[in-house]
Amino acid sequence: MQIKGLIKKGEYFDSISLMIATQKIKQMEGVVDAAIMMGAPENKAILKSSGFLIDLFLDAEDSDLLVAVKAADEAMAREILRKIADLLKDTGKKEHRGAEFTPRGLEGALAALPGANLALVSVAGKYAAHEAMAALKKGLHVMIFSDNVPLDKEIELKKYARQKGLLVMGPDCGTAIINGVPLAFANVVNRGNIGIVAASGSGLQEVACLISNHGGGISQAIGAGGRDVKQEVGGITFLSALEMLAQDDQTKVILLVSKPPHPEVLARIGQKVKGFSKPTAAVFLGADAREVEAYGITAAPDLAAGAEKALALAGIHMDKSADEMDLTAVAQNIAAKLHPTQKYLRALFTGGTFCSETQVILKGLPGLFSNAPIAGAQRLVDVWKSQQHTVIDLGEDTFTVGKPHPMIDFSTRNLRILQEARDPETAVILLDLVLGYGANLNPLAELMPALVEAKAVARGQNKHRELPVICSVTGTDADPQNRGLVVKALREAGCIVCASNAQATKLCQKVIP
Amino acid sequence: MSIKTLFDTELKVVNIGLKSFKETLDQCKVAAVQVDWRPPATVDEHWQKVMEHHKETIDAANREVCNRVLSSRPVLIGLDVALAAIPGMKKNLILHAGPPVAWEKMCGPMRGGIIAALKYEGLAKDDGEAEHLAASGEIQYAPCHEHAAVGPMAGIVSASMPVFVVKNENHGNVAYCTMNEGLGKVLRYGAFSAAVIEKLQWMEKVLYPTLKAAVADLGKIDLKNIIAQALHMGDEVHNRNRAATSLFYRQITPAIIRTSENKKEMIEVLEFINGNDHFFLNLSMAASKVSLDAGRDVPGSSVVIAMARNGTEFGVQLSGAGDRWFTGAAPVPDALYFPGFTRADANPDIGDSAITETNGLGGFAIAASPAIVQFVGGTAADAVNYTLQMYEITVAENNMYRIPYLNFRGTPTGIDVRQVIAKNLCPFIDTGVAHKEAGVGQIGAGVLSAPPEPFKNAYIGLAQAFASGGHTACAPS
Repeated sequence: MQIKGLIKKGEYFDSISLMIATQKIKQMEGVVDAAIMMGAPENKAILKSSGFLIDLFLDAEDSDLLVAVKAADEAMAREILRKIADLLKDTGKKEHRGAEFTPRGLEGALAALPGANLALVSVAGKYAAHEAMAALKKGLHVMIFSDNVPLDKEIELKKYARQKGLLVMGPDCGTAIINGVPLAFANVVNRGNIGIVAASGSGLQEVACLISNHGGGISQAIGAGGRDVKQEVGGITFLSALEMLAQDDQTKVILLVSKPPHPEVLARIGQKVKGFSKPTAAVFLGADAREVEAYGITAAPDLAAGAEKALALAGIHMDKSADEMDLTAVAQNIAAKLHPTQKYLRALFTGGTFCSETQVILKGLPGLFSNAPIAGAQRLVDVWKSQQHTVIDLGEDTFTVGKPHPMIDFSTRNLRILQEARDPETAVILLDLVLGYGANLNPLAELMPALVEAKAVARGQNKHRELPVICSVTGTDADPQNRGLVVKALREAGCIVCASNAQATKLCQKVIP
Repeated sequence: MSIKTLFDTELKVVNIGLKSFKETLDQCKVAAVQVDWRPPATVDEHWQKVMEHHKETIDAANREVCNRVLSSRPVLIGLDVALAAIPGMKKNLILHAGPPVAWEKMCGPMRGGIIAALKYEGLAKDDGEAEHLAASGEIQYAPCHEHAAVGPMAGIVSASMPVFVVKNENHGNVAYCTMNEGLGKVLRYGAFSAAVIEKLQWMEKVLYPTLKAAVADLGKIDLKNIIAQALHMGDEVHNRNRAATSLFYRQITPAIIRTSENKKEMIEVLEFINGNDHFFLNLSMAASKVSLDAGRDVPGSSVVIAMARNGTEFGVQLSGAGDRWFTGAAPVPDALYFPGFTRADANPDIGDSAITETNGLGGFAIAASPAIVQFVGGTAADAVNYTLQMYEITVAENNMYRIPYLNFRGTPTGIDVRQVIAKNLCPFIDTGVAHKEAGVGQIGAGVLSAPPEPFKNAYIGLAQAFASGGHTACAPS
């Protein structure tokens, strides 16, 4: 063992810089131990007790820097000292990182952003209600993206908010557009005079994009959460949102999107709509149109129809020429190429509302199965395995445990596409593709290889099956992914891209034997 | 903000959760702030409901505590001997840092300090005798905090030791602290060699009478004023006391020269203070103690009125929970160690000096102290963030202690145990590190987060007091 040292006269370093330097030196290769200190008497005492007080240091003064290393041999010790000399040159020239302060809680956030008026909560469901309540108590409106918030907490939050004149969007509210600002999963849509209140995220995105893509615009889009129209919650957010839109000068037309509300809730919504003069349309997927129209609300059977009706109420004729498709002709063309074994639809959705919408449109089709059955469909025995006509919501918990939402992470659906491709009974695959902020920013790179492989798999087995893929793309050209480019690429890859999920479903309806 | 105005107002978003949502808002040029959220400390929901139910009572009580603490005026009014000055002091009583602890459970440095004290008091001739006596049951032990005192590191106070007498001029209460012995092998780090005892004797025979006369000559020294100035000069008056010691030195030196009759002793005293950058620490601690004690016993208050460590346990007292200690195991600090030492040598955290953090100083004021920020493992910006985070667990901003870099914002003061639980964010404490074996002394320094258990226990303790019918009345102002 060799101890070697050096003195740097008149070089002052504060003790902390030196302790840090010591730590760095100790990590150097070949260093057994090291000390680096100013030459003050008390430091010399420390050096002495640890065996580092070599003769060289005895006459050192307070302002001298003492460096000592212990190494296996003298050559090693000298080499290390040389490196230390370099290291010391850099000490004190530390970069200023200027890290942005991120507060740990709401109070800190409010201090950092005075006048904040909305809290967007996406922490795990069991904590979300607490954070949301804290925000309400500070007078903020709240959007709860989180799911798995207990129902009683949702009711408590909404009742409290209502009393304080605040809005609670969600829980499980995937999207909203407030004052033109896209929140969570949302698309870049034109601003305009149609206000939307929706219980579901993908439904809201679909109607907002359809309206925007056809010359209309959105004043506000408010997400209420899937349970808002249940009897227990009583439509509190729907009612608050309706009042807000009624008072909003920019909003001329209102569009409501939801599963059928509980009759009591529908009555409340209906009374509210009757009470103000703004024309209102509603897509209550699966509801009886007469019950809705009884309140003076224009009922629409599906999302595309809802967008069209809202546009009409706003005085905009929906120019569908770009979407125009002779469904019957296209369907015949597809069906003609099908192999006799190919009998069933396989619809694989990332948006829950599309799963509902497709089932509503296909109502009465024998042998319709889903993992989220409505409108007379049957429940799948095993969600991982399709039965006859199968409509899957890949956003259901079973598929998302430990994974990001399927709008972000395509892996589960890609595997399922291949699985369906290998099944000789698959006649057609129906997909949604949701664009916008929050969704996968590079959808083609992830979806396309799966589609190409699926078609190849089908062709490669069982007498060259053709596997038609029908798809709708929810988004706008202003979205980060650019809907126009995505649609073009999908078509080039042989997919049939429809204007809406409703249109895509109707096409499938005509294809399946 | 009512429903009516949301659509007419510029949207400003607090994003609690997924960072990508904040990035979207940034891209859209919307004012937004990200919360670095993490799950709260786990406390049974029942107690959370109790605390929520009594929120207004607690808030009012906390305001009262802060009014008292912030209106405190700590001044050094003199020096005295512990036996004469400290209430309840006895010849066979030894005060120590932190919450109560029996000899059997004491850590090495505390035992070492007690051995030193027993020798210094002449109660034991040598180390062996001292150790035997210490364990015999004849010597009683109590926390400094329970006798209006505080002590750094081991915090040992015995009957003959001289103490500073610090009075709260506004509220009338008094606190005591020994004089700082300097660095190296010292009693507060558990050293007990002959040199340690000799120094203590010199402090009693020379330093004490000289300072006592000088303070008497001045009448009083305003400590709050010195601390406020020192924060503007790069101290946080816990781990860095260089400016405060200098300011104190400027005040005391002329008085020492005026009053000392022995030139040799006068020079020794002046050199001693001048040579010890931490001389002011004990005054900073006593000033903090006397300020916080004014805020004690406000029914229902969730404000932390003392944080202290005995090297075995970390203890917390709440204003609204009387003299009750809430404890958990003391953590071993992640620190920078002197050459030859590592974390394996370190004693768990020890000392009453966390009273400075409790008072909005030390780690809470570290943004004022760029010279020591590297203790927190990084840059000045990191230190600023430490202070900014402490605002989130405190109920007030100091009216006197201010941070230049933060545009003279008052330091975060008055730790609310509810916020510690809700944010799962424990107080930052600047600390020195003692060797775990008695007699070795200081081996490093650094910053640590207080452990969560004492705060959880305090939270539950306060909730239990509410549940059992205490604290029903709001505190009078």
